[in-house]
Amino acid sequence: MVNHLATDQIGFMQKSRSAIKVEVGKNSIRGGNAKNKVELVAKIIFMACAVIAVVAVLSITLYMLIKGLPALSTVGVGELLFGTVWQPTAAEPSYGIAFIILTSIVGTAVSILIGVPIGLLTAVFISEVAPKKLSAVVQPAVELLAAIPSVIYGLLGIMLLNPLMYKLEKIVFAGSTTHQFTGGSNLLSAIIVLAIMILPTVINISTSAIRAVPAQIKSASLALGATHIQTIFKVMVPAAKSGIMTGVVLGIGRALGEAMAINLVAGGSVNLPLPFNSVRFLTTQIVSEMSYAEGLHRQVLFTVGLVLFLFIMIINLILSRIEKKGAVENA
Amino acid sequence: MKNRAAKAMAVMAAAALVATGVVGCGSSSSGSTQGGGSGLSGSVTMAGSTSMETIANALAEAFMEEYPNVTVTAEFTGSGAGLESLAAGSVDIGNASRDLSDSEKESGEVENIVAIDGIAMITDSDNVVTDLTSEQIAQIYTGEVTNWSDVGGDDEQIVVIGREAGSGTRDAFEELMDVADECNYAQELDSTGAVIAKAAATPGAIGYVSLNEVDDTVTMLSLNSVEPTEENIIAGDYILSRPFVMATMGEISEQNEVVQAFFSYIESDEGQSVIESIGLILPQ
Repeated sequence: MVNHLATDQIGFMQKSRSAIKVEVGKNSIRGGNAKNKVELVAKIIFMACAVIAVVAVLSITLYMLIKGLPALSTVGVGELLFGTVWQPTAAEPSYGIAFIILTSIVGTAVSILIGVPIGLLTAVFISEVAPKKLSAVVQPAVELLAAIPSVIYGLLGIMLLNPLMYKLEKIVFAGSTTHQFTGGSNLLSAIIVLAIMILPTVINISTSAIRAVPAQIKSASLALGATHIQTIFKVMVPAAKSGIMTGVVLGIGRALGEAMAINLVAGGSVNLPLPFNSVRFLTTQIVSEMSYAEGLHRQVLFTVGLVLFLFIMIINLILSRIEKKGAVENA
Repeated sequence: MKNRAAKAMAVMAAAALVATGVVGCGSSSSGSTQGGGSGLSGSVTMAGSTSMETIANALAEAFMEEYPNVTVTAEFTGSGAGLESLAAGSVDIGNASRDLSDSEKESGEVENIVAIDGIAMITDSDNVVTDLTSEQIAQIYTGEVTNWSDVGGDDEQIVVIGREAGSGTRDAFEELMDVADECNYAQELDSTGAVIAKAAATPGAIGYVSLNEVDDTVTMLSLNSVEPTEENIIAGDYILSRPFVMATMGEISEQNEVVQAFFSYIESDEGQSVIESIGLILPQ
């Protein structure tokens, strides 16, 4: 009942807004010859700028394909993507990146599972629950979090997180003879760093999505007798769904693409992604080995880049799908 | 409004012109000083050890800056392959990161040691162990020994730190300790600084780095009771070191003048400082 009301309201709001836009548009298409010339020049400049971006994307895609594909055929698709032994400089080299791909997937997924609930609740707090004065403090703090360079996160991870993790590791694996002690540089440290790093993305986008929910919807829900918390979780968050999803997907993109911070805390050995194992991500794989790699080893690193590129492309396709869907729902 | 914008544009354009002019002058003048260095022209070809990539490229670049008409090319095919190419006469210099074998010397190849690569074993400064045998190090790095109490230390887990695949230091360490491709690293870090920082911060850590990079945040281990000092390395007592050889067919004095110039450049102060700047020890 409440939900229906909400979507109807949004539909109405959107329609009236677009009607206004059309009016404005009609008014502005006028003017003399000189003005037209300026318009034309401006258009050309805009076009040129847009072309730069498109050319960049196309050339990067092409470059990655040209550089990344040869190793796939030399090493063999199955051996490269599903092999688990990474020994690129051995006498009989082995180029399996399965554990590396798996680490990126697991690391990103778990950090999203931790980061998104925290981020969403913070967004609700900032936009709905907190008194104005408090949210005026919290929101800039969150924005500041987004501005901190990733290497700082990594350094803090080394200084604070790794020693803590090592203590935990010693407790968990006390007396174990099979576990290799990593000194706290492990998947768990990387996940915690990533979860914190995606917070600002999730919080900022979710906050503006919740704030954009029309006030009438909230009022209607409250008038029907729902409590404030019921209104937030049954009406406002569902109404802001597509905006929140955008935040989540951008968060996934950030976590997947992060290299610097996790390179410092993840240990860097190629292992199965278990919480206390030293691991290597797709990004850190490239960062740490590119400098001295040569021959096939170097080509394989480009293939790793290609895999990462494909992941990011898929994330972006999902994102545009969500945005389109959101636009259709709101229309 | 428009006028002001136009003026600003003109000023910026003028500034840009001046800037490019200055840059242009700068590069052309430095070019001419380089050109005046020497009339020597020709080429030097090298092939050999992948571990010597850094030193070979550094020396080649520095030499070509001094003698712009000479091209120095280096291929990195491995020590053995490099010496074979030298014996076959396809290159001027064979790079080897080991001593030449007797049979190689008999075939007329001359061992010119240009630098020595020394590696130090380090631990965190609280570790009571100060000496390990090479066997113990091999056991630690292959994962046979996992606790410091097994090698005479406290009851503390060993955190095995190393470098990433492709690193010359890793290459040298694994080769000299005879544990190539058998190492079981807990952490693979991509720089010397990172290894030192992690070893200093992690209780029970052990790592290896270039000797000259070690600072006082970590403890240097002696190896088979030999201290890792420059004297011990030059004397050949400290085994975690290896010579970088640029072998020639016959003595240097029998080479063509370009190759001779290359070796006299290596002997010169500039050449020696190039070698020192990439963290290698000069042979005496």
